[in-house]
Amino acid sequence: MSLVGRGLELRGVGKSYAGARAVDDVSLSVGTGEFVCFLGPSGCGKTTLLRMIAGLETPDAGRILFGGRDVTNMPVHERNFAMVFQALALFPHLSVAGNIGYSLRIRGMDARSRDTRVAGLLDMIRLPGIGARPVSSLSGGQRQRVAIARALAQEPALFLLDEPLSALDAKLRDHMQVELRQLQQALKVTTILVTHDQREAMTIADTIVVMGDGRVQQVGPPLDIYRTPVNRFVAGFIGQTNFFDAEVMGAGMVRVGGQAFAVTKMPPAAPGERVTLSVRPEHVRLMPGSQDGALDGRVTFVRDLGTTVEVHLDCDGQTIVGSLPPTDWRPLPGDGRVRVGLTADGCTVLLN
Amino acid sequence: MSDAALDTPARVALPWRRDWAPGLLILGWPTLVLLGAFAIPALLLLRVGFANHDASGLWSGGLTLKPYAAVLEPVTGGALKVSIGLALACAAICVVAGFPLTYAITRMGRQAQVAWLVLLLATLTLSEVLITFSWQVMLSKRVGLSTVFVWLGWMDEPDSLSPSVGAVVACLVYLVLPFTVLTLYPGLSRLDRDLVQAARTLGATPARAFLTIVIPATRGPIVSAFVLASVLTIGSYVAPLVLGRPQDWTLAILIARTALSGQDMPSAVALAMLLLVTTVGLVLLAARFGRSRLERA
Repeated sequence: MSLVGRGLELRGVGKSYAGARAVDDVSLSVGTGEFVCFLGPSGCGKTTLLRMIAGLETPDAGRILFGGRDVTNMPVHERNFAMVFQALALFPHLSVAGNIGYSLRIRGMDARSRDTRVAGLLDMIRLPGIGARPVSSLSGGQRQRVAIARALAQEPALFLLDEPLSALDAKLRDHMQVELRQLQQALKVTTILVTHDQREAMTIADTIVVMGDGRVQQVGPPLDIYRTPVNRFVAGFIGQTNFFDAEVMGAGMVRVGGQAFAVTKMPPAAPGERVTLSVRPEHVRLMPGSQDGALDGRVTFVRDLGTTVEVHLDCDGQTIVGSLPPTDWRPLPGDGRVRVGLTADGCTVLLN
Repeated sequence: MSDAALDTPARVALPWRRDWAPGLLILGWPTLVLLGAFAIPALLLLRVGFANHDASGLWSGGLTLKPYAAVLEPVTGGALKVSIGLALACAAICVVAGFPLTYAITRMGRQAQVAWLVLLLATLTLSEVLITFSWQVMLSKRVGLSTVFVWLGWMDEPDSLSPSVGAVVACLVYLVLPFTVLTLYPGLSRLDRDLVQAARTLGATPARAFLTIVIPATRGPIVSAFVLASVLTIGSYVAPLVLGRPQDWTLAILIARTALSGQDMPSAVALAMLLLVTTVGLVLLAARFGRSRLERA
């Protein structure tokens, strides 16, 4: 959908600190109006990558293009890329209006138009009439919104957010995620949000860029990444999963623990090749009797969460987590021995 | 498990003892020191200021306003102007030079920061008198800075650079600059570095970000450093005496001359009171400027 050369494009971008590779050969393109999340554990290089896009760090390698222009060495203040910082970085000596209007004052806008614009932005973040207050008098959620309004005042070409919601409590964070998404859709501004919270990324983004060890591990829509992770790192980081060591038997079949299991999707792999099978807890089935195509297991722990029941199983020394709808769950008699089945379309085969 | 009541010490109803005793101990000692070392001498001084002049015993009994006539003499006004002028000039130079220096230090690595602060503290171990005479040597005709200036082509021939106002100011700035840096340092090192970066992403050049964010956000420390520098220099005595011309002599020199050569203790005290009132006035004025004021858009 995105016009070629209109959005942001990274080509082989890299950065090292004291010999350690923080960001390694990242190539990526972000279309105009898209909402992208950089998702990864702390220290995976996602913030460094964002800061390089903003111009606050200089890459050692690669180019950064925006709208077809090379911006790799363009000074920060000429880029018109707004950024919301993790600690917000609101100016303590300025009022709320002074903060929001800062970029407009820098651009030489006269006081009257500036006031109108600031009032409009305060309406947009649903905090009308607080312009004269000092930022120190605001609550966490209000400061958050003021920081967002300050960044959007300059009508940025690119809107960058560095874990801005991580300091908020869970409820407010959920609320702000929805609000941020609505705001972004209304303004159609190209947005990149950095987060380590996979739930946040899943709720908010059009496209998720999963990062690990300074590299891009997988790029795709949230559901694609959840359903078909390309490697063990992505499968383990996004959501909960069970890993099994497996061996390819032939087309659509793998062997786990001496049992054959059907899989719907099979990457190109020769029979006999060792692979890893990733199975989400909701694709683990508990079955009575002694059917084929199932593992022997013993229930070690049950956690009833109301909407689902989480069952911890011991399968030949390995702990497997299954989650069942409450209607399918009834306490097992005896020593808790069960047969553990895996649904074919819930099995993802990962090449080692 | 033992009974909880046994573990709790019996609460004897002695509220005065529990609440007051630690407070009295903590506050009592400083109160005594303040009374003994400051209040009583200050009151004695105040008393001497209203005493009659007695050339043989420095001062004699009785109450009179006569010593305060010294305050109204033209020479006093001149010396006061020199004192205030020197103080304000030195404070301004110290803040203007010390601010970027301190800012640069706070951006260095931890070890470099410690090295700089130790170096600055080390200069404070030298005596003021020693520093003043060193400056006199440094500004002299034969071995001083002027020979360097001639070599650089800034001067035609070596000349003595003291006595002059410039010499006094240079020496005072040298003496007070470490205090300025040490006053600015905590505030500047606490400054959130993201603030400057945020300003940069909002379109400010580095210079603009420095002027519109760094300086206003550290207004408090700047005012403190200015006040400290001016208070430290307003009573300067050795530097203007050694490096200044007679017209650069400060009120402190006038006080010393009145008390020692003039043997007129009451008038000297009256002049000292004038200096005290001026200093307090200066501090109060600065405090008004320092009060944080929110800027509108």
